Amino acid sequence: MSAITTLTRRELSGHFLCLRGYIILSGVQLLMGGSLLTVVYLLNGRAYDLPLTEKFPQTEFFWLVLLMISPVITMRTFAQEKSSGTFETLMTTPVSDIQVVLAKFLGSYFFYLTAFLPMLLYPFILERYTHESVAVDAGALLSLGLGITLFGSFFMALGCFASSLTRSQIVAAVLTFAVGTCLFMLGYFADLQPPEMKWWHYIFQHISMLNHMEDFSTGIVDSRHILYYLSLTALFLFLTTKSIGSRKWK
Amino acid sequence: MTDSQSDSGLVIEVQNLTKYYGAKAAIKDLSFSIPRGEIIGFLGPNGAGKSTTMRIIAGYLSASSGSACIAGFDITKKSEEVRRRIGFMPENNPLHEDMRVREYLKFRARIKGLTSQKSRNRAEEVIEQFDLYDARNSIIGELSKGFRQRVGLADALVHEPELLVLDEPTIGLDPHQIRTVRQHIKSMGGQHTILMSSHILPEVEVTCSRVLIFHEGNIRANDTPRALENSMGERHKITVELKASLQDLNQTWEEMAEVEYHRVSPAEGDFFRSILTPRDGEDLRPRISALARARGWPLKELTRDRHTLEDIFIHITRSEEEF
Repeated sequence: MSAITTLTRRELSGHFLCLRGYIILSGVQLLMGGSLLTVVYLLNGRAYDLPLTEKFPQTEFFWLVLLMISPVITMRTFAQEKSSGTFETLMTTPVSDIQVVLAKFLGSYFFYLTAFLPMLLYPFILERYTHESVAVDAGALLSLGLGITLFGSFFMALGCFASSLTRSQIVAAVLTFAVGTCLFMLGYFADLQPPEMKWWHYIFQHISMLNHMEDFSTGIVDSRHILYYLSLTALFLFLTTKSIGSRKWK
Repeated sequence: MTDSQSDSGLVIEVQNLTKYYGAKAAIKDLSFSIPRGEIIGFLGPNGAGKSTTMRIIAGYLSASSGSACIAGFDITKKSEEVRRRIGFMPENNPLHEDMRVREYLKFRARIKGLTSQKSRNRAEEVIEQFDLYDARNSIIGELSKGFRQRVGLADALVHEPELLVLDEPTIGLDPHQIRTVRQHIKSMGGQHTILMSSHILPEVEVTCSRVLIFHEGNIRANDTPRALENSMGERHKITVELKASLQDLNQTWEEMAEVEYHRVSPAEGDFFRSILTPRDGEDLRPRISALARARGWPLKELTRDRHTLEDIFIHITRSEEEF
């Protein structure tokens, strides 16, 4: 267990030891701030009877952040160590493949969560300027937070897997972004209302991240969504372990 | 074979180790064993299988077939136990460039299973041992190559392993740094078994107590540097520089029954240099000087030396066509 803690700390501190970490953090703040501004602008002078949080997933800033942040955080996990050769010194210490994968995942995940921490201030900001305590629904905010948390765990696992496949960080980032965007776009397919619903519409609807996030943002916590993200996370962590184990038999 | 205390004093026992990359065999059927406390040199041209063998021993790769035991532990069944007992420095000595020296060594000691307190102590000790005190708070990416090499060695040693595996530890260093690294390796030799690879002959000659010569995935020789020299040394080599035509020279040496191998190469002016290996150590110098006088060939040089390790290396690793 102590090996995981040591490796996770190293992974997390690695983000703060280079400029890239701070660029990611400021980029996220900038775009999420844009998202907040959009929401405020939309509501300006209009009555709105739904929780503010629901508007969030409908701004393009929000999705841009969610889809962009994961590749840039996770692209370094394995690809960088492979290209610099430190992967070899790491894997010849008495740590197991699964320990390394979990540490890389946790390190990236904590950094991802750090990037969203300032969002906790948004309700106070809104309250300060609207002078209305009902503007933000605490329950809906928590469930949106849960959505972001679950979404991140899946995306971090996917990113680690992509990074374990290659020595190039760019390839890893593009792979993660492409797969993530595809899953996201399925939401649009599901939302196109054809004359009649076919079986694949139901599947698309079920795996569409856009739909999931809409549920979370309105305060609906569906255990199927939770299970969906957790099982995908587990699947990709398993695949990552297999992928880095493949050096032995390749 | 699970208790390291009860083994036979052999730190490495390798049997019929084979590794394929796709259809190509990187190493074929290697077998060797290495006693405790020796400094072993893997010598061979690039692509001969040195690095692959080291990576398998260090637990980074698996062999396609065959077995190996390190300190009594099987490398596939007890991989973690093996890795606990090995300090590995890969080729080009990769390090985390963004960390500071002491922080890096402490981190490495921790993931190698040392407690927090012990990691701190050991980091301080290796910093002392490798003269890194002045650089202990420097960022590794900003250090010179000689310093980085010492950080790599300190890392390999930080958990007090039984076996050190160093892949090309002096590559890319200047002569002064090479000397320093070599001294460090020699000083570690007392308490640790060391496996190092190199393609620089003098290095292996001065540092190692035993040499394994690799060629095309096989071990062609396994002995002490002195014994290797002696095995060839019975047959001295004779160097002759004569002014004669290439054909005449080749023909003469071929006809001379006592010459086992010959190699003729152009020298200064119209002279040609011939290197001859007599069949059973016979001193051919009187015969050659008589022959030169009889043919009227001007003679510039006629010497007889022992074969050096370099000759043996060239002989072994060159496909047998000439020597």
